[in-house]
Amino acid sequence: MANAGIGQAVRRREDFRFLTGTGTYTDDIDRPGQVYAHIVRSPHPHAQIRRIDTAAAERASGVLAVFTHDHLAADGVGGLPCGWLVKGKGDKPMVEPPHPVLATGVVRHIGDPVAIVIAATRVQAADAAELVKIDYQMLPVVTSTAEATRPDAPRLHTDAPRNLCYDWELGDKAAVDAAFARAAHTVTLDLVNNRLVANAMEPRAAIGEYDRATGTHTLYTTSQNPHVIRLLMGAFVLHIPEHKLRVVAPDVGGGFGSKIYHYAEEALVTWAAKKVGRPVKWTADRSESFVSDAQGRDHVTSCALALDKDGKFLALRVKTVANMGGYLSTFAPAIPTYLYATLLAGLYATPAIHCEVQAVFTNTVPVDAYRGAGRPEACYLLERLVEKSARQTGIDRAEIRRRNFIPRAAMPYQTPVALQYDSGDFVANMERALKVVDYAGFAARRADSARRGRLRGIGLSTYIEACGIAPSDVAGSLGARAGLYEVAEIRFHPTGSVTVFTGTHQHGQGHETTFAQLVSEKLGIPIENVEIAHGDTAQIPFGMGTYGSRSIAVGGSAIVKAIDKIVAKGKKIAAHILEVAERDIEFKDGKFQVAGTDKAMSMGEVAFAAYVPHNYPLKELEPGLDETAFYDPKNFTFPNGCHICEVEVDRETGVVDIARFIAIDDFGTVINPMIVEGQVHGGLVQGIGQALVENCVYDGASGQLLTGSYNDYCMPRADDVPSFQVETNESAPCTHNPLGVKGCGEAGTIGAGAAVMNAVVDALATVGVTEIDMPATPHNVWRALKNAKT
Amino acid sequence: MYDFNYRKATSADDAVKTVTSASEGKFMSGGMTLIPTLKQRLAKPSDVVDLATVPGLAGISVSGKMLVIGAMTRHAVVNGSADVKKAIPALAKLAGLIGDPQVRNRGTIGGSVANSDPAADYPAAVIGLGATIHTNKRTIAADSYFKGIFETALEAGELITKFEFPIPDRAGYMKFPNPASRYAVVGVFVAKTGGTVRVGVTGAGPCAFRVPEMEKALAANFAPAAVEAIKVSPNGLNSDIHASAEYRAHLVTVMAKRAVAEAAG
Ligand SMILES: Cc1cc2nc3c(=O)[nH]c(=O)nc-3n(C[C@H](O)[C@H](O)[C@H](O)COP(=O)(O)OP(=O)(O)OC[C@H]3O[C@@H](n4cnc5c(N)ncnc54)[C@H](O)[C@@H]3O)c2cc1C
Repeated sequence: MANAGIGQAVRRREDFRFLTGTGTYTDDIDRPGQVYAHIVRSPHPHAQIRRIDTAAAERASGVLAVFTHDHLAADGVGGLPCGWLVKGKGDKPMVEPPHPVLATGVVRHIGDPVAIVIAATRVQAADAAELVKIDYQMLPVVTSTAEATRPDAPRLHTDAPRNLCYDWELGDKAAVDAAFARAAHTVTLDLVNNRLVANAMEPRAAIGEYDRATGTHTLYTTSQNPHVIRLLMGAFVLHIPEHKLRVVAPDVGGGFGSKIYHYAEEALVTWAAKKVGRPVKWTADRSESFVSDAQGRDHVTSCALALDKDGKFLALRVKTVANMGGYLSTFAPAIPTYLYATLLAGLYATPAIHCEVQAVFTNTVPVDAYRGAGRPEACYLLERLVEKSARQTGIDRAEIRRRNFIPRAAMPYQTPVALQYDSGDFVANMERALKVVDYAGFAARRADSARRGRLRGIGLSTYIEACGIAPSDVAGSLGARAGLYEVAEIRFHPTGSVTVFTGTHQHGQGHETTFAQLVSEKLGIPIENVEIAHGDTAQIPFGMGTYGSRSIAVGGSAIVKAIDKIVAKGKKIAAHILEVAERDIEFKDGKFQVAGTDKAMSMGEVAFAAYVPHNYPLKELEPGLDETAFYDPKNFTFPNGCHICEVEVDRETGVVDIARFIAIDDFGTVINPMIVEGQVHGGLVQGIGQALVENCVYDGASGQLLTGSYNDYCMPRADDVPSFQVETNESAPCTHNPLGVKGCGEAGTIGAGAAVMNAVVDALATVGVTEIDMPATPHNVWRALKNAKT
Repeated sequence: MYDFNYRKATSADDAVKTVTSASEGKFMSGGMTLIPTLKQRLAKPSDVVDLATVPGLAGISVSGKMLVIGAMTRHAVVNGSADVKKAIPALAKLAGLIGDPQVRNRGTIGGSVANSDPAADYPAAVIGLGATIHTNKRTIAADSYFKGIFETALEAGELITKFEFPIPDRAGYMKFPNPASRYAVVGVFVAKTGGTVRVGVTGAGPCAFRVPEMEKALAANFAPAAVEAIKVSPNGLNSDIHASAEYRAHLVTVMAKRAVAEAAG
């Protein structure tokens, strides 16, 4: 037990099935009598549907049915709901255009689903789909974030003039203006935060099934949050009461945010299964994922920092246009507002901040949360600005940060953008990172690179993220249409093992190990006796799922609360059996002990007594040892840290190589350092991916997706990234949850982009390049070098 | 994928006969280009004729000043071959830069050169070494083989059987990979045989081509400095989101310089 508790690098229990190909993903599930769906999607970014002719497809061999919007409408099927209502300036509610499950009248992005073909085999469904004839009338197209609000831009939704979803602000504009007026230095920056495709290894899939005997619908789906899907789809789309709808998210091969949302295909297969009387399976292929999974980021930002003569930050001003795509995905409106602008203080004591965000509709695939979700965008602009400020004022990049960091002693710290930080030692993390990278030795390394004809640069990035959105009442007042607590149920079995039901969902995070370590330690039972169950609404009480690095902070805390209840009940049972007063029992290391004696009962003995209650206080206490707890956090948690990157640039080709990458992170208490390190590595690779290689590009004129496959959309490979040096600092745990945990899932992605780009700019600045946007591909770097020379 | 007839060829003649008598016949060697095309429903052949079962189509031998590589020889085999490493190490290196291990274990030199993807690696070597392409009915000189984008001198139903590469004194290959696909944005193969130098470029244009100015300069002085200042015109070069024509033109010079350094060093 000692080597499987909190803080131990226990090997991931789930890896055996993942590495041996014995996991059960949605597409591995085959239901008796199952048939296959193929979705007919729009090949056009913007067009009017004049006519749909399904006759030939219906006659094709193996076809059971072809459905379009009219069939859904006849059954009263609703549109896909949006889970967050953002109110803009003057409390004006966002424009929330209809988001039909199958397009009606107009298609608004490439991949917009128009019809569903159901056939006996996958191939027959695909063959018949080619026979669905759709007469499109092309409409003018806008895909560019910056151009969406231009008066001459084509309008996507009649109720959204200038394609504006909302025009929102946060912070004190007057204070910011006043600070800029008296500033000694003003530093300005225009940035593009490139659009990304999530590209989970497992494409999305869904199976709908209907049991006529019981009237129960089952949906197997690739989801990060099966209860949320059951709620949204049941209540808003298909009008199925929750007790007649079961949603199962089995093994899921990566989500990164893109599997949070309720998608059309989930509703389609669930609905169609009842129509055709057979289970209906749909599995996306990779090309389909590129045009139907929610995409990430896509901001255009102008920002400015005001500083006094000593380099102290006085005020920050940010104006962002955020691309929503063709429709609002489930949580899209919240990302560039409550998960973005609220993070703009970063680690700094900037007294005044004002942020304006315009969210716009364009003829592109909808955008929603992608690993980090708003926070990488905030960190990126802030850290680029800070580093530019250092260059402009001549103050060293580390020194300017030192002068502006919120000191540890100032915790809890209220930022001017709503959040209250509870803990963190920002200075210590940066000093450690500077030491690990050997900041003092950089000049010598740069000179050495120069001797080899290469430009070397160093870049810092410090970040803070807000995980575990909370508390629910505050989120509700900001427009969230859901609660954000988490649930845990612990079921003790009579012979002493436990099954823990968690409302979180793992899709790569290793919860089955981390949560088991936590339970093993807190209950004092061997880790082998702990099973973690998740992902099936028929088994698990209503929980919110996994995203935003919330699982350990919120889900783990719920488990602790349930354990506390078990221990409290166990004390009563032990007191009865050991014939002492309850207050004399203390629980330690898995034993209920009579204080000051060696009289004790093990956890297992107490559990057995609870289920075989022969010697048991039956008059006061129910038998059994199951407890359920809901945990609604008091505040967000605030993981933070410092990343430092060193790059070398090949001047002739523009190739950027990462020479060093250091990450010092504060995740609060670390349960499993190996899993945490893995999460950091993955996060860093995604951050580096955005900075150097990933870019989702739509052709401005035609609106076609130019990066619709891995031939053109570059995913970072192992040889694109260096060996990372990562450490955690556990000296400033979270103050308001029982474990002191903060979360680690997104941190790497949040901090890495700015560190890489600051290093690239630092390298290029030596030859006159001032700024460059992500991704710093060889082509872009070469162009920047060329333009600087002429 | 649409349905098609899968046929195993028993000989080169049998393969040609099957392909030409089918309503739309296709040879398949490694399938690394053909199968993705089929999976995306971009091609609808009636018959796919597998060359893997044809005896004698794969293999590597050296005869005199010639390195002979059979059409069905896989990239991994060329990459690992002691004969190739000894005769033309740059060619072994080139094969090792193609795709990933799975692709190299399936893909073949014949399939690659028949397909003539503008971004494929082998065409640079075929041009740069002045190879001779043997088919079921004739031999074709490298210089008259590549015709345009995915277009070659091959006639319908014509089967490549082997390649003859003259063994140079020195050779070098430098590839600038596309960050996403890892195909060549630009690849330059440089070979020096006696007083003659050939420079074969892939990736930059619609198909592989030579750079006579560089060849002349290198014949006079086989050193990186000789090509450093020679610029190729961006006119007619490929341009896409990964590399403009100007960038490709620039990379031809840089890769040529580095290929010469490799060959000379
Ligand atoms: C992921 C991936 C990465 C790749 N990266 C690279 C890369 O970096 N560089 C590179 O150069 N290539 C790359 N390729 C392509 C790879 O090298 C292919 O194998 C090659 O282009 C085609 O060879 P094949 O043997 O697979 O041909 P096939 O796919 O079997 O056939 C290709 C075409 O050639 C025809 N054909 C095949 N053999 C003959 C013959 N003997 N005579 C006449 N016609 C014939 C076929 O009918 C077909 O039209 C990559 C492929 C993949 C899938």
